[in-house]
Amino acid sequence: MQRSKNDVWVGLFVLIGLVAVLFLALQAANLLSVSWQKTYTVWANFDNIGGLKKKAAVKSAGVVVGRVDKITFDDKVFQARVDLALDEHFVFPKDSSLKILTSGLLGEQYLGIEAGADAQNLMPGDKVQSTQSAVVLENLISQFLYSKAADPTQSPSKP
Amino acid sequence: MNRPGTPAPHKPPLGERLLDALAAWGAATRALMANWGLAARLFVRLLMTLVPSMRRSVLVRDQLHFLGNYSLAIISVSGLFVGFVLGLQGYNTLQRYGSSSALGLLVTLSLVRELGPVVSALLFVGRAGTSLTAEIGLMKAGEQLSAMDMMAVDPVQRILAPRFWAGVVALPILAAVFSAVGIMGGWVVGVVMIGVDPGSFWGQMQAGVDVWKDVLNGVIKSVVFGFTVTFIALYQGYMASPTPEGVSRATTRTVVTASLAVLGLDFILTAWMFSL
Repeated sequence: MQRSKNDVWVGLFVLIGLVAVLFLALQAANLLSVSWQKTYTVWANFDNIGGLKKKAAVKSAGVVVGRVDKITFDDKVFQARVDLALDEHFVFPKDSSLKILTSGLLGEQYLGIEAGADAQNLMPGDKVQSTQSAVVLENLISQFLYSKAADPTQSPSKP
Repeated sequence: MNRPGTPAPHKPPLGERLLDALAAWGAATRALMANWGLAARLFVRLLMTLVPSMRRSVLVRDQLHFLGNYSLAIISVSGLFVGFVLGLQGYNTLQRYGSSSALGLLVTLSLVRELGPVVSALLFVGRAGTSLTAEIGLMKAGEQLSAMDMMAVDPVQRILAPRFWAGVVALPILAAVFSAVGIMGGWVVGVVMIGVDPGSFWGQMQAGVDVWKDVLNGVIKSVVFGFTVTFIALYQGYMASPTPEGVSRATTRTVVTASLAVLGLDFILTAWMFSL
């Protein structure tokens, strides 16, 4: 009697542990949502990817449609080559464009994909031609300063 | 420290005294090395008992019942309160920067990566490690271990091994329960009481927590802690001097050594896992 009772309690203990691990994996880390879906790969060149990281989201109209698969540097054209794994369910026209965006003011960077108007769709292995680089804060500031300096009406010269 | 031959009133010459000090130092080092060697041999012997222990799973199960089930209450209550506090403190800090929607992410990452494995290991030392040391130390003081040896029953296999494997299995489960209950605690405080948007609470968490990088590494940490804590408790009990004082000293040493080992190992593991 005593033994079978212990068995039940230990079984319950292990079961609670399994439930906790499943909760962490499925609810907290969302294991099944993206990583097990079939994807196809397209790629694009960017002048500057800013703080984009591997595994960053690719969003269209705010909905996640894929992930950044690989980021490498192409020393033929001196640009960054970004490989994207897009969800198989979603197809985009061939002339779609990619943009590096930031979620919130200080949030992480992600790729926005904007659908074009071409009749043909992007196929696996295709290159996305139209890209827009990340906004680099230092470049923005220096542009602003140069435009200020070049503007004669705003210059602090004496009247 | 006089050598037995020297007369007490006359101080030995300086050279002699220096040699004595050197000898004492050497003896201490040798004793330390011997201890480490004994510990390493016991550890290897315990690792070798994996197959025999599985063959006698009844013993492991009874220990698992004692170490695991009875620790469940303290682990889940502590996890709940740690989750409450993380929810409150995290909200307080995050809302200053207008990013209280990341509360779920903050609570989950701190629990899964650090607090779950570490705090449950520390609680496990206090709840289960001390009882292991005291039990085995008293068995030794009552000469039960020697009696077993006389009957050709290996006390390492019969007494230590089931406790060892039960501890190794129990701690990762307890750590997972701690993290899961803690997340629920953070949810209760953040979403139900303070009113953070539940969509962003779970959504940011799910976007930011990686199964392999965060959850699996936390589990690996708790497995390492399970080996460390259980082994230190068993070793201290097995090596305790067989007196009431010796057992009490050994129990104290278990808590001190195991807690320090957990915290030190945690730093090393964190540096190794999350440095990149």
